[in-house]
Amino acid sequence: MTAKVAIKELYKIFGQRDKEMVQLVKDGMDKPTLLDQHGHVLGLQDISVDMQAGEITVIMGLSGSGKSTLIRHLNRLIEPTAGEILVDGQDVMKLGQADLRALRQKQMSMVFQKFALLPHRTVLQNAEMPLSVQGLDADTQERDARKWLDRVGLAGFEDRFPAQLSGGMQQRVGIARALTANTDIMLMDEAFSALDPLIRTDMQDLLLELQKELHKTIVFITHDLDEALKLADHLVILKDGAIVQQGEPQHILLNPNDPYIEDFVSDINRARVLRVRSIMEPVDRDSFDGDVDADSSLERLIAQSDGDTGLVYRVMQDGAQIGQLNMKQLVKALVPRARSDAKGASSPK
Amino acid sequence: MAAYEKVFDTLGLREWCDAEKEEAPMSMAQLLAQAQGEEGAAADAPILPFPSLDVLHEACAQIGQTRDLTEGLERGFLSIRNELKFVLDPLTQPLSWALDGTLYVFESAPWWIMIPILVIVSWFASRSRGVTAFVGLVLLFFAAIDHYDVAMQTMAIVFVCTGLSVLFGVPIGIGMSKSNTAQRIIIPILDLLQTLPTFVYLIPLIFLFSVTESKLYGIAIILYAIVPVIRLTDLGIRLVDKDVIEAANAFGMNAQQKLTRVELPLALPNIMAGVNQTIMMSLAMVVIASLVSAPGLGVLVLRGIRNLELGVGIVAGLGIVLLAVILDRVSKAALSRVDKQRGHH
Ligand SMILES: Nc1ncnc2c1ncn2[C@@H]1O[C@H](COP(=O)(O)OP(=O)(O)OP(=O)(O)O)[C@@H](O)[C@H]1O
Ligand SMILES: [Mg+2]
Repeated sequence: MTAKVAIKELYKIFGQRDKEMVQLVKDGMDKPTLLDQHGHVLGLQDISVDMQAGEITVIMGLSGSGKSTLIRHLNRLIEPTAGEILVDGQDVMKLGQADLRALRQKQMSMVFQKFALLPHRTVLQNAEMPLSVQGLDADTQERDARKWLDRVGLAGFEDRFPAQLSGGMQQRVGIARALTANTDIMLMDEAFSALDPLIRTDMQDLLLELQKELHKTIVFITHDLDEALKLADHLVILKDGAIVQQGEPQHILLNPNDPYIEDFVSDINRARVLRVRSIMEPVDRDSFDGDVDADSSLERLIAQSDGDTGLVYRVMQDGAQIGQLNMKQLVKALVPRARSDAKGASSPK
Repeated sequence: MAAYEKVFDTLGLREWCDAEKEEAPMSMAQLLAQAQGEEGAAADAPILPFPSLDVLHEACAQIGQTRDLTEGLERGFLSIRNELKFVLDPLTQPLSWALDGTLYVFESAPWWIMIPILVIVSWFASRSRGVTAFVGLVLLFFAAIDHYDVAMQTMAIVFVCTGLSVLFGVPIGIGMSKSNTAQRIIIPILDLLQTLPTFVYLIPLIFLFSVTESKLYGIAIILYAIVPVIRLTDLGIRLVDKDVIEAANAFGMNAQQKLTRVELPLALPNIMAGVNQTIMMSLAMVVIASLVSAPGLGVLVLRGIRNLELGVGIVAGLGIVLLAVILDRVSKAALSRVDKQRGHH
């Protein structure tokens, strides 16, 4: 399966002589040195990511790690210094101005952290914007815009102005606007970061629900691990403009390959995030104390077992057994590796 | 003996200095010195006068006087005057037509048509009952004290000059906001236009156009009043939220769509603030322009000064204030209406 969006060895350096700096970075110069000695900012280095159709790819990293820079390369709001970006096999870098606009209109839509709605336009006109840019007729514009506003729960607010809505509702307009564009790919740059926690959970649920139906290729940026784990099919972790680890989120959680990621994952509620599927073992016995679904969270299984660590469960998927789970194994998985190592190191003393 | 003569002597320039010695016309200072008598002048001469052109000229005839500088400027201007006139006359002729035409309409329309029209216009601009009623009252007041005609003349000039300022100022402002080079070039010009004493504008214009032409004062007013529209259009567009511009780009807008759908509408409050200031500045200039035959309330102010007719001058002056207030109120009300419409409270 070829990826819907493929980024290949992408470099971005901010500064006048960025092209000359690439070689230095390739030879191993790091971000502070580059800034000190040459006055150029290293934005991204050696990024290669495949984003599959119908999946949510989450890009996570701390502030300044280059997330926004990366997502803006996909629709070329930022020009790369070196590297390739392929969308449906087409190299975005080779597009002329008109083709680039067509790509932005028809293939990729975007949702912004600060909503970026047009303040002088009503909610309906904002949602119509992507189609009116394409010059579609007014009826189609209005029909589609109303449909998606309705879908994100904004029926009845069509004639308000953005400033009259709460943050959560404004972002719903932002999502409706992106959906009206009817593109395969949706780029979301910290789309929920400006919202308070409860609204944020609502919006995440809304996104997952829409995704179940629409199967878009979504690139979602966040600095929040809980959010990343909830949404991600594929997780990419960025640090100082480089990828530290990418893969299936559960896998990264259980096998962090870098102290940076261990730090990140050590604060997470693992019982809620980890799935039975991720920690089950091959079957080596016949008798079990009960059945559990492969996609069930560890939290649910703990409740089911009443905290008894002596039990062993049969892991089921679509009615067939695919593995087993010992409650002792589960308890071990709840302790992050960083912490257990730390204990092991300090106890002999 | 004039100061600095020694300097030229020691430099060995004496011959060069005296080469074409002829009796240059005497400067004012020399004349005064002559009148006071020789000794007095010698006693009064400062020990070390600043080596200005005039002082050096005394020591060495080859060096020109300051008067030559101003004269040269004048001669230079006069020598290109015909060419300038040849280019500028036809270009600015429409301005004369616009001013004369509008003045004709405002003067000849009877008051019972003009006042209702102006009241209706202020209603549509401001949508505020208070402001509209106030405009009506002020206009009736002008009519009651027999200043209706002059007030209409002033208003006609302000309308035409503001309209043209917006027509030219907004595109210039847009150009400035799009190019840093353009901004760097235009800003000093705007600074100059704004700080030149208003009378100084009139000097070259008087040379170029005949005083009977209305474009003479039209140009003076527009040059002075166009500055805020340009500045605030540029500022307004530069201040448009970068995130919204990014969204416009991300959804594939082209440059023209961005300008008309995003930048201009979002800059509109700033542009309208600029228009408001432009109106006020053309009103201020219209008074000074009455020196060069602009009709209206300014003429009465001028009469007040020339003939020491205190009452006439003060009434006309207050009339200008009233005009300023209604124009300001209406344009400010229009501005706040735009703001409200967007749901900002
Ligand atoms: N136009 C620019 N010129 C110079 N440096 C830039 C520019 N844009 C971004 N950078 C630098 O690139 C790095 C990555 O910035 P970026 O905005 O992509 O971070 P981010 O991960 O999105 O952070 P945040 O969570 O704060 O949004 C930062 O060090 C930033 O200073
Ligand atoms: Mg960012």
